[in-house]
Amino acid sequence: MTAPLIETRGLSVRRGGAVVLDKIDFSIAPGEIVTIVGPNGSGKSTFLRALLGGIRPSAGRVTRRAGLRLGYVPQRLALDAALPITARRFLGLPRRVGPGAAEAALARAGVPEIGGHPMAGLSGGQFQRVLLARALLGRPDLLMLDEGAAGLDQPGAAAFYRRIEDVRRETGCAVLMVSHDLHVVMSASDRVICLNGHVCCEGTPEVVAEAPVYRALFGEGTQGALALYRHHHDHVHGAECGHDHGPQDAKADR
Amino acid sequence: MLDDFMTRAALAGIGTALAAAPLGCFVVWRRMAYFGDATAHAAILGVALSLALSLPIFAGALVVALSMATLVTALSGQGRGVDTVLGVLAHSALAFGLVGVSFLHGVRIDVMSFLFGDILSVSRGDLGVIWGGAALVLALIAWRWSALLTATLDPDLARADGIDPRREDLILTLALAIVVAVAIKVVGALLITAMLIIPAASARPFARTPEAMAVIAAALGMVAAFAGLRASYALDTPTGPTIVCAAAILFAGSSIYAAIRGRLGNG
Repeated sequence: MTAPLIETRGLSVRRGGAVVLDKIDFSIAPGEIVTIVGPNGSGKSTFLRALLGGIRPSAGRVTRRAGLRLGYVPQRLALDAALPITARRFLGLPRRVGPGAAEAALARAGVPEIGGHPMAGLSGGQFQRVLLARALLGRPDLLMLDEGAAGLDQPGAAAFYRRIEDVRRETGCAVLMVSHDLHVVMSASDRVICLNGHVCCEGTPEVVAEAPVYRALFGEGTQGALALYRHHHDHVHGAECGHDHGPQDAKADR
Repeated sequence: MLDDFMTRAALAGIGTALAAAPLGCFVVWRRMAYFGDATAHAAILGVALSLALSLPIFAGALVVALSMATLVTALSGQGRGVDTVLGVLAHSALAFGLVGVSFLHGVRIDVMSFLFGDILSVSRGDLGVIWGGAALVLALIAWRWSALLTATLDPDLARADGIDPRREDLILTLALAIVVAVAIKVVGALLITAMLIIPAASARPFARTPEAMAVIAAALGMVAAFAGLRASYALDTPTGPTIVCAAAILFAGSSIYAAIRGRLGNG
């Protein structure tokens, strides 16, 4: 077994006295696609930021493989209107790329003709593609996406995730995604982690989708798209979730 | 050539504008105008301390400006609204500085010259400090340009690329303190922020990339410095405020241009 790219042991984050993340043990192997799902406020984005080093853990630690190259696609970029920047220039941050390499990256991303356009004028889908193209230019070992398909319609999101799978196949990089876009995301993943402050359950998409813990968080009819967005309750320590999983959960709980 | 006070004044104004404008772009992009004000106001306290301790004005202003800028950076990092604290710090530093200067008997100084600048009295030595400081600031910004820009766009994006955004914050803090210490003689503590943000804001409609905006801002800043100096000579007006007026007129022109272009583009 190769060493994990990034690993956490007992990672906890507190904010203003409240526990946002509670003793998270996590690791991702080279070439693996892992998706973290969880309701709003479950600490998904906080977890990504802790992995990036933007949030200091209150306990536990984050270990990166030496020389790990990260590619990060943020949920959105708060571009100030006062900052003029073209898509081509954005691709060259922080490492300059030649015009040829920039055009090639845009072409691969499916937006070949927008190099000279200001970032602020791009549509949501174009913007996401440029963000992804920029992250890939750094030849990452691990690609991290925070709600990568946010703002895309259903076909757009599906195409986006297919592209992620292609990227993994072409470059062999591992992918860590955070999403609430369950039905699309899950099929592309090797492993799904259901997060709600702590790791509720974890396993292959099929295992997690069948887990009562997961169903309790994301609704009963996990087949229908709409039901997935109906979060019946935020995490409460009840019989169906958390620390006293029944025997049928043992598989999912790993 | 440097014997002529007008030549020295022009060189001082151009040197200050050259350093202030690119830095001012970051001040505009990061919405840190308050930061420039707090730092500049604190510099008056530095002036008072320098006079009391018989130190060079530049050194005292730099040290206090740097302390204030570091404090403000630390407070901003807390992520809370620090508006009130900043206001208290900035204006207290200014008030204590002014009161401190008034205690200094025997030193014949004109406080106004530090509040609004005294560019016509710039000496050869001052000119050396101004251009030295300006060169240092330009070198700092050029060296860290890509990292500063990435951290400005998104701190997490920068972290993923191995850039520590807090380090870039400190670089900007240092550059700002140097510009304040350099510019206090030229436009004065109260108007330094104007030389930072007005040329940068004026450059925005003409620029498609961050680099172009910095270069255009520097050019507009130098034009404002030169035009303001000539106008103050012709009209017998205070030089620092006249330079800022010239910058403001350029800004108005740039805004009108942007508005007309916007209408044509939409129409």
